[in-house]
Amino acid sequence: MNKNRYKEIVDKNTPKENCFINGLVAFLVGGSLGALGELLLRCYMMWLNLPRKESGVLVTLTFVAIASILTALGIFDVLVSKVKAALIIPITGFAHSMTSAALEYKHEGLVLGIGANIFKLAGTVILYGVVSVYIFGLIRLLVMGG
Amino acid sequence: MTYVYAFLFCGFVCLIAQIILDNTKLTPGHITSLFVVIGAALDVFGIYDKFVLYAGAGALLPITSFGHLLIHGAMDMAHDIGPLGLAFGIFNLTSAGISIALVLSFILAIIFKPKH
Repeated sequence: MNKNRYKEIVDKNTPKENCFINGLVAFLVGGSLGALGELLLRCYMMWLNLPRKESGVLVTLTFVAIASILTALGIFDVLVSKVKAALIIPITGFAHSMTSAALEYKHEGLVLGIGANIFKLAGTVILYGVVSVYIFGLIRLLVMGG
Repeated sequence: MTYVYAFLFCGFVCLIAQIILDNTKLTPGHITSLFVVIGAALDVFGIYDKFVLYAGAGALLPITSFGHLLIHGAMDMAHDIGPLGLAFGIFNLTSAGISIALVLSFILAIIFKPKH
């Protein structure tokens, strides 16, 4: 089978996804998560008398915890297949990538499995975050004077 | 009003990611890395601070805020002790999220079996 014929078959059998519906679902679910986060932020500020910054951290921690637990129970993957970017882009995606990597490589042992692979996916976020912050931080310090 | 802005901002970021995901060959890993860099870049001119001011948690939840928090921690420390502060303070604000995610992932990985 030559390459063109193969490509034709692949194109024909790749399921067509409706971009508009996907985008709408991502917008609505992602937006709801944002509004829910804001509600939690207000609740934490009121109930625990925390300043705004600390309650913001607590909100992210709540979402991280929920995402990790749902991943371990196998529910998160089902949800991601339905709403995709709406759960990957919020901090839930970061927690999910860690927990799922840890679970997946558990059978290779505690050190070489979980230890070596826990940052497998989340590592890219941290790496490029840190490298870009060094560059942008130096720009701000040297060019803009802080 | 903050709720509406939170909804719109978080939804809009997810919408952009979904559009990129659907129309290019980039994987979620590419997109999250890209968004972290964008978040840090927006903070160079203090734009992301405005988003956080108006959208509250809606701007703190997307992964773009990870870049924002990294550069904030680094710059705060750099103001105190000079350029070396970049290295000292970079994880100051994000350490809570990373450490909790690490510890929880470890404990959950010990307890649960992977589902396929």
